[in-house]
Amino acid sequence: MNGPAAPAGARVSDRRSRANAFAARARRDFPALQQEVGGKPLVYLDNAASTQKPDAVIDAIAHYYRHDHANVHRGMHELARRATEAYEGARRKVARFLGAADPAEVVWTRGTTEAINLVASAWSHTFLGEGDEIVLSTQEHHSNLVPWQLAAARAGARLRYLELDGEGRLRLDRLPELLSPRTRMVALSHVSNALGTVNPVAEIAEQVHAAGALLLVDGAQGAPHLPIDVAALGCDFYAASGHKMCGPTGIGALWGRRELLERMEPYQGGGEMISVVEREYSTWAEVPHKFEAGTPNVAGAVGMGAAADYLTGIGHAALAEHERTVLEYALDRLAAVEGIRLFGPPADERCGAVSFLLDHAHAHDVATILDADGVAVRAGHHCAQLVMKHFGVPATSRASFYLYNDTEDVDRLVEGLDRVKAIFG
Amino acid sequence: MTDIALSSLYQQLILEHYRKPRNKGVLPGATVEVHMANPVCGDEIRLHLQLDGEERVQAATFIGQGCSISQASVSMMTVRLKGKSLDEALALAERFTEMMHGSREAARDRKLGELRALQGVSKFPVRIKCALLGFDALQEAAKRVRDQADGSDRG
Repeated sequence: MNGPAAPAGARVSDRRSRANAFAARARRDFPALQQEVGGKPLVYLDNAASTQKPDAVIDAIAHYYRHDHANVHRGMHELARRATEAYEGARRKVARFLGAADPAEVVWTRGTTEAINLVASAWSHTFLGEGDEIVLSTQEHHSNLVPWQLAAARAGARLRYLELDGEGRLRLDRLPELLSPRTRMVALSHVSNALGTVNPVAEIAEQVHAAGALLLVDGAQGAPHLPIDVAALGCDFYAASGHKMCGPTGIGALWGRRELLERMEPYQGGGEMISVVEREYSTWAEVPHKFEAGTPNVAGAVGMGAAADYLTGIGHAALAEHERTVLEYALDRLAAVEGIRLFGPPADERCGAVSFLLDHAHAHDVATILDADGVAVRAGHHCAQLVMKHFGVPATSRASFYLYNDTEDVDRLVEGLDRVKAIFG
Repeated sequence: MTDIALSSLYQQLILEHYRKPRNKGVLPGATVEVHMANPVCGDEIRLHLQLDGEERVQAATFIGQGCSISQASVSMMTVRLKGKSLDEALALAERFTEMMHGSREAARDRKLGELRALQGVSKFPVRIKCALLGFDALQEAAKRVRDQADGSDRG
């Protein structure tokens, strides 16, 4: 690059035009975004709670029910074969999406919450004892806290917490002193749902393994935005939800290292998860089926597989470039709003979400007034009460972005905040 | 949601109670104190009632935090409670609840006083629970007072 540098302003506006063109193309794939709310085009900024669904996902689910549905793994007929192939084919797609070499290491769950509960229950049953320690952080969603509280109470284990700094980053300088010979599990989010902070998982994994412990990563907010390669991340478990990455609700995936999954007890008992059933005992099916008792959510799996393919088709590099541009623009514009308090780190250390508070107006009132303008945001504690306590606030408003959002959506958000200020002064 | 609905939700009287809540503070010597929170959104209030020997409200105060609707509603409620018997207070809670569920007749009831300013909330289903938080605390307070009275009667 030896030519004269383009003026910075022009480069920024080029990036914004590209991001908006990218979003405009993506938006065409999402029927729910083609509607008005409050007489204005819907601006959907609640993606950290749940994303909208592209035609590719809706059609895959409809096609499955219209043509291929039967129960899986047991029928001797054509539809049972097709349903099983759809179900296992989706597992292969999600395994590829997560960078897992072996699809048998991917267990279908109802979502991230059930994936974490599965590990907190089935792994803890064998590997967590009295006096053992689990390290969590105050950044976690309740779904990566409460299962461990339950497991610790059952085992007589102790919870230890990694604190946050003033911008919502993990205080990794404190990690060495938290890791002890009694540490069995470290469970952390890939990306904070309340703040958008991206955590350096690979760096953490090295320290955790050096201490002889395991690392579970709550990937509910990571999988939708970042290229996931569980091998490169170096974690032992990775949990994700379909509905936060363009897939349906009620389906998620747990990736776990095979030797760990094999040594764990089953999570639930029932059909599908057994090998032989006698009167007093049973033997278990191979992984991952050992963890999939009962008729599974086949259509959900098909939908999540289609979502993984859709996002792969979009391309993670293009997605990351787009999201960075929109997020930088959002942080710039919001920072200029008078009386706003922004939470979380700078744009280059976060993805997805921006939490904020306005002087004089409560987060719920902000959300109600924005809704009247067709702008959907979330208000509340975001299932992260420890984050709220860390910042000493009861609730925040949160705008969270995805591939179909553009800088005009950010403009609509900021206009809505002007309206809030006009009412609350 | 229309602009008209929004301006009816955020009436000046509501904003005024939100900015300058009445009867905010602790009440030393309160007969009953109830903490009520909405775990979904984090709004919370602590309602203090001082009753005389005939279950009449001598004083009502609250402390709390939350959105304009929850805080204005409880502020207006404490103003309205003073001098009321427990039965009258419960009747007020019932009337207010009817208004929240869209009863036009309840919304015209002068007994509700300033609380009628909150009738616009009924058009915002997700916010109704905000407006009812103070009244939930009131109902719980009445229950505790009565349970205690029953207990001492039996004793």
